[in-house]
Amino acid sequence: MTGGAVGRALLRIATGAVLFFMYAPLALVIIYAFSDTGTSAWPPTSLSLKWLELAVANTGLRDAFLTSIAVALGATAIALVLGSLAALAVARHAFFGREVVSFVLIFPIALPGIVTGMALSTTFATVGLPLGVLAIIVGHATFCIVLVYNNVLARLRRTAASQEEASSDLGADSWQSFRFITLPAVRSAMLAGALLAFALSFDEVIVTIFVAGGVKTLPIWIFQSFRLANQVSLVNVAGLVAILLSVVPVYIATRLTRDTGAIGRT
Amino acid sequence: MTSGTRATPPELTPALAGSARRRLAAALHRRPRLRLGLLLAGPAGWLVIAYLGSLAILFLNAGWSRDPFTGLVHRDWTLANFGQLVTNPLYRTVALRTVGMAIAVTVTCALLAFPIAYYMARVASPRVRGLLVVAVLMPLWSSYLIKAYSWRQILSNDGVLNWALSPLGIHGPGLNEVGLWLVLTYLWLPYMILPVFAGLERIPTSLLEASADLGGRGLMTFRRVILPLVFPALVAGSIFTFSLTLGDYIAPSLITTTQFIGNVILANFGVPNLPLAATLSLVPLVIVTIYLLIARRLGAFEAL
Repeated sequence: MTGGAVGRALLRIATGAVLFFMYAPLALVIIYAFSDTGTSAWPPTSLSLKWLELAVANTGLRDAFLTSIAVALGATAIALVLGSLAALAVARHAFFGREVVSFVLIFPIALPGIVTGMALSTTFATVGLPLGVLAIIVGHATFCIVLVYNNVLARLRRTAASQEEASSDLGADSWQSFRFITLPAVRSAMLAGALLAFALSFDEVIVTIFVAGGVKTLPIWIFQSFRLANQVSLVNVAGLVAILLSVVPVYIATRLTRDTGAIGRT
Repeated sequence: MTSGTRATPPELTPALAGSARRRLAAALHRRPRLRLGLLLAGPAGWLVIAYLGSLAILFLNAGWSRDPFTGLVHRDWTLANFGQLVTNPLYRTVALRTVGMAIAVTVTCALLAFPIAYYMARVASPRVRGLLVVAVLMPLWSSYLIKAYSWRQILSNDGVLNWALSPLGIHGPGLNEVGLWLVLTYLWLPYMILPVFAGLERIPTSLLEASADLGGRGLMTFRRVILPLVFPALVAGSIFTFSLTLGDYIAPSLITTTQFIGNVILANFGVPNLPLAATLSLVPLVIVTIYLLIARRLGAFEAL
C-alpha cells in the first residue's frame, strides 16, 4: 500500500488539498482584518490598519478581552490542581472504579457543550446562584480538567514508579518524593495541560453563552458583534487576537509534550 | 508506592519525623488509602457536584413545567414535556435533521481525513510528520467562532468562493444547509484526522508486508488489513464529529436560517420555557451517551 509512485503522488496531492482547505479560511481572517472595506466583499480594494486602531480603542472589546483572560486563568488554575490530583491517583494507585475516572472525566468534553451549558445554568437557576464570571469559570474548569489529566497521566505512565520507590527507600517521605522526584518529571506535562486548558477556555462560547448572565467574554463579544453594524468590521481583528491567544499556547504545549504526544482535545 | 500493600517498616520513620509536615507525610506514606482519598476527593467531588449533580438537576427540570400565564415553574415532576417531544412533529423533524447532519458530517470527515492521515502516518518522513501534526493541531485550536464567521464571509454572495468560481460559470453552495455541511465538516475535520493518524501509525509494518507476501494487492490489503485495524480510531474520531455537530447552535445560526436541536434549545432557554429547553437538551445527551456506549464496545476508547 505504501508502494507505487502514483499512489504516493495522489496522497501528497490530497494532503496538500486538505491543508489548503484547513488554512484558507484562517488566512482570510487575517486579510479581512486589514481590508479597507470591512465587509465580506471580495477582493478587498486596499489594505489599512484602521480596524486595528479602532479595535484597540474599543473599550467594550478591551473589557471582554480582559474578562476572557481572567476567566481562562481561573478555569486553568482549578483544572491544573484537580487534573493533576486525578492523574496521580490513577497512575500510582490501584483501586476499584479506576477505569470509571477516565470515563467520567472525558464525559464533559465528549458530550455536546449545549448539554453542559444547559445543565449548569439550570442548576444555578434552581439553586438560586447568580450567573456570571464564577459560573463561567465553573463551567470551563469542568471540561478543562481532562486536558491536564491526560497530559499528566501520559507522562506519569512513562515515568517509572520505581524512581519514587527508590526515593522512599532512601528515606524520603511522601512529600519529599513528590517534591523532588514526581513533580520535576511531570512539571512540563502540567504546563502543557495548563496551556491547553487556557486556550480552550479562552475560546469557549457554546457553554459560556448559557452561564454568562450579562458578562461578556471575548467570544461572546464577537458573537454579539455579528449583528451590530458598527462592530462587525472589528470582528476579524478580534478574531485574529483570539486565534493568536489559542494557537500560541497550543504550539508551546506541543513542544513540551513531544515525548507523549498527548495533545488532542481529549 | 504502587498499590499500597507495602508499608514502610515503622523503625525507619522516627528519624524523619521532625516537623509536623514530616509527621503528616509519614502518616500519609503509611496509609496509601488515605493518600488516595485525599488525591481523589477534589477531582471526584468537583465532577460529582458540579457536573453529574448539574445533569441530575437538568433531568429534574425536564419534568417540571412552566405556567404560560404566570410564568412560574411548577415543580411537580411529570412526563408532559417528554410527551410534547414525541408528539410534536416539529421537534421530531428538527431532531432527525440534526442527526442526519451529524451523520453526513461524520462520513465526510472520515473520507477527507483518511488520505492525509495515511500520508502522515506511513509516507511522510519523521520530520514532515511532526510538522504535519502541528499543522493539523493549529486550526483545531483556533477560535471556533472566527472559523465559522470566516466561512460566512466565504460563502456569502459577494464572497471569495463565488468570486473564485465565477470564471467557471458556477456558484458556491451559498448560505444554506449544504453550506453548513461544508462548514461543520471544516470545523471538526482535525478531530477526525488526529485519531485516525494515531491509529494508522500503530499498525505494524510487518502486517502490511505479510499481506503483500500472501498476494494481497493494494486494495485487498486496505480492505482486509488496514481498515479493520484502524476502525476503532475512526469511531474515536466520529465521537467528536458526531457530538460536536449535535450540540452546535452557532454555526447553524451563522450559516443558515434552518433550525437544529441546539437552536431550538437556545430559543426556549431562560424566560421562554426553561423546563422545555431542559427536556430538549436530553435528546443530544441520550443520543451521544448511546453513541459513546457503542463506541466503547467497538474499542474506540483505547484509540482515543
